[in-house]
Amino acid sequence: MLRVDVERDLGAFRMRVSFETHGRVTALFGRSGSGKTSLVNAIAGLTRPDRGRIEIDAQVLFDSAGGIDRPVERRRLGYVFQEARLFPHYSVRRNLMYGRDLAPPAERYVDFDHIVELLGLAHLLARRPGELSGGEKQRVAIGRALLSQPRALLLDEPLASLDAQRKDEILGYIERMRDDVRIPIVYVSHAVEEVVRLADWVVVMSAGAVAAAGTVEEVMGRTDLGAAADVFEGGSVIDARVVAQDPAYDIATLAFEGGTLVATHTGAAVGEPVRVRIRARDVSLALEAPRSISIQNVLRGRIAAVRTLRKGVVDVAVAVGAVTLRSSVTQRAADQLALEMGQPVFALVKAVSLDRRAVPYAG
Amino acid sequence: MSLTPDEWEVLRLSLKVALWSAAASLPPAVAVAYLLARTRFAGKSLFDALVHLPLVLPPVVIGYFLLLTLGRTAPVGAFLEQHFGIVFAFRWTGAALACAVMGFPLMVRAMRLSIEAVDERLEAAARTLGAGRLRVAATITLPLALPGIIIGTLLSFARSLGEFGATITFVSNIPGETRTLPLAIFTYTQVPGGDAQAMRLSLISIAVSLAALLASEVLARRATAATKGSDATR
Repeated sequence: MLRVDVERDLGAFRMRVSFETHGRVTALFGRSGSGKTSLVNAIAGLTRPDRGRIEIDAQVLFDSAGGIDRPVERRRLGYVFQEARLFPHYSVRRNLMYGRDLAPPAERYVDFDHIVELLGLAHLLARRPGELSGGEKQRVAIGRALLSQPRALLLDEPLASLDAQRKDEILGYIERMRDDVRIPIVYVSHAVEEVVRLADWVVVMSAGAVAAAGTVEEVMGRTDLGAAADVFEGGSVIDARVVAQDPAYDIATLAFEGGTLVATHTGAAVGEPVRVRIRARDVSLALEAPRSISIQNVLRGRIAAVRTLRKGVVDVAVAVGAVTLRSSVTQRAADQLALEMGQPVFALVKAVSLDRRAVPYAG
Repeated sequence: MSLTPDEWEVLRLSLKVALWSAAASLPPAVAVAYLLARTRFAGKSLFDALVHLPLVLPPVVIGYFLLLTLGRTAPVGAFLEQHFGIVFAFRWTGAALACAVMGFPLMVRAMRLSIEAVDERLEAAARTLGAGRLRVAATITLPLALPGIIIGTLLSFARSLGEFGATITFVSNIPGETRTLPLAIFTYTQVPGGDAQAMRLSLISIAVSLAALLASEVLARRATAATKGSDATR
């Protein structure tokens, strides 16, 4: 559990944040400048809020009313920064051991050899940080944070400085770590894909305040956050399971509470749980089941809500079995089809729009 | 050019005084540089000014005040002699002290600049890993500031080789005890026919100072390479 209720006045920028999350991975989501990093620094103890309270798993780290302000080095939070911040005068091995040696022996639960194997660092141990690639540096930084035997882990856009391929690779390592080390994780990001893939709770930040907080499914399903979060794009998040794979077409069939979906290039094996994010603008609506159409996913549902998102755009919530699918259509299309509450409709989703958003999630 | 026994003695004494002066200033200079670079406290500006004072004061003033406080009859000087048997007045140790005071601002300045150049984000990272302030200073800040610490020490060493005013005022010009290179050169210029001797000693002085500066460059470059972990270390 992470409970934060802090205020900080920085002249032009005012941070006033209050939320409580219960997931193992909490994503702090928002555009740059929304106050995500400031908040993480406050949690880590690197900056001091004017007033408030910060609590992780019933441990009070900061409480202005109670006069508690635990120093950074005694908060025991592993912090992975945007830039790896490795110590340039130490070898990779000594970087990794830095925090481990400072942790009380009785509280050590992360083993050196295990982390080296988990993050694939064995061949790098003797090198200096100056001799590592960006992705390697970030892996070492993650290992170093884990080996400090932290009570929780803070990751501040750890993929920000990496190219797409490295991002994917490091994301895989972070996933392995998440499933391996069972401590609370705070993950800062402005990329929806990362949030959907890693987090179970999400806090959306905007201009130093919380715009929304809740489980990923709840928050990602909201389309009314567009203006508040800007980078945030409305859609639906659906938990599903791979029931079939067709390697010839690189197509997977995913079963969810409400039907099946066809997705391309998921990389997931049969039986594996996956989480699919479907952007609202990738969902079309039809009143009759279309024939002779390239669209692979035709889901029968019923309209649960219709509301105007902004001028000319309508957000339609379609109940498909137990899940709700969001669809953005133009006002004109909504008028032409005379969409209204309770109406049976078919939701159409292109299989190719699901490829990179359908990702393994061992939740 | 081979040196005469007298010249050897002057050179040996100069090096001894400069070495002790640099070595004794090193720990306090590192501490002061760290305080100035990384902490905030009341009266910091005044403290900073005091540290830099020897740079702008006439050296004679420094020597005179040292004499007033540490002379054998002065209160502090008498106390030190009585209780610890330490005497500065008219001894080579006094010359080293005068050099240390005069070289201190130079030493602190170089160290402070290089400590300020250390990425504070690395220090923050070390703290999140469980290191307290002192440990961060010892394992991150100072090792990364090593090039500046070396340069500062050698600058102070080279400055000590040339110290004149404070030394002659505080500990006088005693052959074999306090007559360092500059004092010896000065002495030769005061006697008829001493020009050749003064020139020989001046050349020695130039050679030693040049060597110290070159050494500081080489050492600093090596230290920089070591902290960066670049190919230059291999």
